[in-house]
Amino acid sequence: MSRRDLTLHLGLVAVLFLLHFILPAYHHGVLARIMVMAVYAIGYNIAFGYTGLLSLGHAMFFGAGLYGMGLAGLHYGVPAFPAFLIGTACGAALAFVVGLLALRTEGVSFMIVTLMFSQVAYLALLYFGAFTHGDDGFVVPDASRTLMGLSLSDEGTRYLVAWVLFSGALLGSLWLIRQPFGRVLIALRENEERARLLGYDTKRRKLAALVISGAVSAASGAAYAALFGYVGATFAGVQYSIFALLWVLLGGAGTVLGPFVGTLFMFYLIDLATGLTDAYMLIAGVALVGLTLFAPQGIVGELRRRFWKDLP
Amino acid sequence: MDFGPYLMLAMLEGAVLAAVLALMASGLSLVFGVMRVVNVAHGEFYMLGAVVAWAVTTLLGAGPVLNFVAALIVAPLVVGAMAAAADMVILKRLNYDPERTIVATIGLLYILQQLTLMTYGADARPVVAPFNERIALPWVEWGDKGLSFYFPWGLSTTSYKLFVIAAAVVLIAALKLFMAKTRAGLIMRATQGDREMATAFGVPVERVYALVFGGGAALAALAGVLIVPIQQAHYLMGGDALLLSFIVVIIGGLGSLSGTIVAAILIGLSDGIISVFFTPTLAKMIATLAVALVLVFRPQGLFGGTSR
Amino acid sequence: MTAILSTSGLGKRFDGLRANHDIDFALAPGEIHALIGPNGAGKTTFVSMLIGRLAPSEGTIRFDGRDVTRMPAHRRVALGMAYTFQITSVFGRLSCAENVALAARGRDADVQRALERVGLAERAAEIAGDLSYGHQRLLEIAMGLAQRPRLLILDEPTQGLAESEVAAFKQLIRALVPDTTILLIEHNMSVVMELADRITVLNFGEVLAQGTPAQIHDNPAVQAAYLGTGGQDAED
Repeated sequence: MSRRDLTLHLGLVAVLFLLHFILPAYHHGVLARIMVMAVYAIGYNIAFGYTGLLSLGHAMFFGAGLYGMGLAGLHYGVPAFPAFLIGTACGAALAFVVGLLALRTEGVSFMIVTLMFSQVAYLALLYFGAFTHGDDGFVVPDASRTLMGLSLSDEGTRYLVAWVLFSGALLGSLWLIRQPFGRVLIALRENEERARLLGYDTKRRKLAALVISGAVSAASGAAYAALFGYVGATFAGVQYSIFALLWVLLGGAGTVLGPFVGTLFMFYLIDLATGLTDAYMLIAGVALVGLTLFAPQGIVGELRRRFWKDLP
Repeated sequence: MDFGPYLMLAMLEGAVLAAVLALMASGLSLVFGVMRVVNVAHGEFYMLGAVVAWAVTTLLGAGPVLNFVAALIVAPLVVGAMAAAADMVILKRLNYDPERTIVATIGLLYILQQLTLMTYGADARPVVAPFNERIALPWVEWGDKGLSFYFPWGLSTTSYKLFVIAAAVVLIAALKLFMAKTRAGLIMRATQGDREMATAFGVPVERVYALVFGGGAALAALAGVLIVPIQQAHYLMGGDALLLSFIVVIIGGLGSLSGTIVAAILIGLSDGIISVFFTPTLAKMIATLAVALVLVFRPQGLFGGTSR
Repeated sequence: MTAILSTSGLGKRFDGLRANHDIDFALAPGEIHALIGPNGAGKTTFVSMLIGRLAPSEGTIRFDGRDVTRMPAHRRVALGMAYTFQITSVFGRLSCAENVALAARGRDADVQRALERVGLAERAAEIAGDLSYGHQRLLEIAMGLAQRPRLLILDEPTQGLAESEVAAFKQLIRALVPDTTILLIEHNMSVVMELADRITVLNFGEVLAQGTPAQIHDNPAVQAAYLGTGGQDAED
C-alpha cells in the first residue's frame, strides 16, 4: 500500500474526528447519519464495485442488521453490543443463503433475483407483523442503546460511535482490497472466465465477497438501529437497495472513498430538495439517469481517471 | 354463497387480471425479446396510461363512451411517444448495455413516478366505465330434484369486465399477427438478439428499437387505460403491476410471446384463486419467492425451450 | 509411454449442430503438439472442453491418469493445466505484476521470473489495459508461465505479435519443454512447422490427420482441406 493512499484515507478519518468538535448541531447530526449509511454503501461497494456483483436487493442485508439488532433488544432485552453482533451475523447468514441461490445466475438475472429475494424479505417483515411490528416499526428500548454506560441517544456519543464504525469499515475495505483476496475479487469483476482458468473457484470467492458485503451492510443497519433507535420496514424496501446503488455509483464504484463521497453528496442534495418538494426521489431518478449517461465512473472514479491513477 | 359459485367468481376476477397482465407483460416481453434489455420503468408506463386516461376524460368531459374511446387512443400514443423519446435520448447512448440500461430505467421509474406525484397528486382518481351493466351468472347444481339451474346471489360480473377480456384477446391476437405476418414484424424478429447482423442487412436498427420500446410502453399504457375504470389511477400503481409482469415474463420464458400469454393466464387465474385462500401479502410473498427460484433453477422459464 | 492428456470419443453438439465429433487424441509428456485446421474446424471448441470451459456432449478426457471429464475448470488448473486465451483477456485495471501474481498464486519469485522470460520486466508496474496489443499477448503468456503448469494450452499465441516477438516466442516455448507439455493452436504455419514435434489436423470437427510436421506437410487430405476451405489461413 502506498504511503500516499494511506495518508489520504487516514486524513479523511482524522478530519471527520475533528469535525465532531466544530460542526454546528444540525450538520453534526446529519454527518453522524451519513457515516452510518456510508458503511452500508461501503458494504455494497464490496459486492458491486469490487466484485462486479450488481445486486438490487441489498436492503435485505441492511434490514437484517436493523431488525436483527432491534428485535434482539425489543423481545429479548439483549444489550447494545451483543445485539449489534447479532444483527451483523443475521446479515452475513442471509447473504450466505441468498448467495448460494442467486450466484447460480449472473448479469441481468442476478439483478432480478436479488431484487425479488429482497422483496420477499420485505413482505415477510410485513406478514410477520406480530413479531416484527411490520409497517409501523418500533423504537429500540433504551436498555439496548447503552454502551459502556453511555447512552447512544446522546448526540456526542452517537457521532463518535458512528465515526468508529465508519473508520473501521473504510480502513477495513482499503485493507481488504489490498490483500490477495481483494485482488482476486477485482479479477472476478474484470474477467470472471479468466480468473476461473487461473484456477480460482470463482463461485466460492463470489459467495465470500457477498457474505462480507452483506455483513458490512448489516453492521450499518444494526448501528442505525442502535444509534437512531427506530426500526421500520421502509429500510428494507426496494428504495434502500436503490439508494446503495445510487450512492456507490455517484461516489465511484470500485473506489474506497467513493461510497462515502456519494452518500455525503446525495444526503445533502436530498436535504436541499426536501425544502422544495415532497418528490425528493425525483432527484434520485435524475441522478441515476445522469450518472449512467455522463459519469459512469462516479466522482472519485473521475478523479482517479484524471489525476490519481492508482487510487484504490 | 356456496364454494362452487365463489370459486367461479374468483376465476372471473382472475381472468380480468390475466387479460390486463397479458397485455402489459407482452410489452415487456417484446422489448426484451427484440432489444435484450429489461425495462424496469415498464410499470410506470402502465401507471401513466391510467393517469392519461383520467386526464383525457376530465379534459374532454364528453359522455363516458366517447371519453373512454378517446383515452384508449390518446394514452398509448402519448405514452408510446414518451418511451420512444426516452429510448433515443437515454438507452441509445448507453448502447443498450443490459446492466446500465436497468440502472437508467430505475432512474426513469422514479422520474416518471415523482413527476406524476408533483402534477397529478397523491390521490387515487376513478374513470367512469363506458358501460357497466351488471350481469348475473347462472350456476348449475345436482340437487335432490335432479339438475337445478339458478342465479346465486352475488355471482355476477359486469359487461365492462367482459369487454376488458375481449379487448385484450383481440389486441394480443393483433400483436401476434403483426409480428408474424407484416414486414415490420419480420424486421423486428430479424433484429432480435443480433444487432450487428441486422444492421449489416440494412435494417434501420435505431428506428426499430425506438419503435419497439415505444410500442412496448404503449401496450402497458393500454393495459392501464383498460384497468382504470375498475381500479382508479394512482401514482404508485406501477410497482405491483411491474412485479406481476416480471413474474409472468420470467415464468413464460424471457422474450417468448406465447409463453408470456400462457403464463399471464396462469398467474392471473391463480392469483384470483390464491387470494380466496391467502392474504394478499402472503400470496405475493410466495409468488415472488417461487419466481425467483424459477430464475435460479430454470432460467429459460417453465414453458420456454432450451435457448436462453 | 503414457499420455499426459488423452481424449476418447470426445464430441460436442450445439443445438443439434455437431461442432466436434469422436475425437481420439493423446499428448505425450514433454512434447510440443500443434493443433491446426481451417477456420471453424472446431479447434477452440476442442480445447475449451479440455480445459473445462465447455462440457462435452460425449466421450471422456483423462489428464495425468485421472478422468477429468466432469471436473470444473478451476480444479483442472489445480492439477496442472493452464490455458491462455485467443482473445486477449488480461485484467485491464490491474498492473502487469498484479496480473501475473494472480496467476502465480502467492509464489512471488515466479512473478518476476515470468515477466522477465517474456521481456516485460520493466513494465511490471504498468496498468495492463494501457499496454500495446502485442505486449498484452506477452503478458497473457507470462500468466500461463507463472502458473507453472505441466500442460500449457496456447490458443493462437502469436497472433498480433511482431516478427521479432515471434522469434522470441519460439525460443521461449522451446525452453519450456520437456518440463512442460505444450498444446499449441496456431495459424502461423512457420511457427507450427518449426516448433511442433507432432501435429493434429481438425476439419469439420473431426481428426483429419495426425503426424510429424513432414508427414502433415505431404498429406494430400490436409492439402485438400486447406485449399478447399480457405488456404490463406495456412499461410499467414
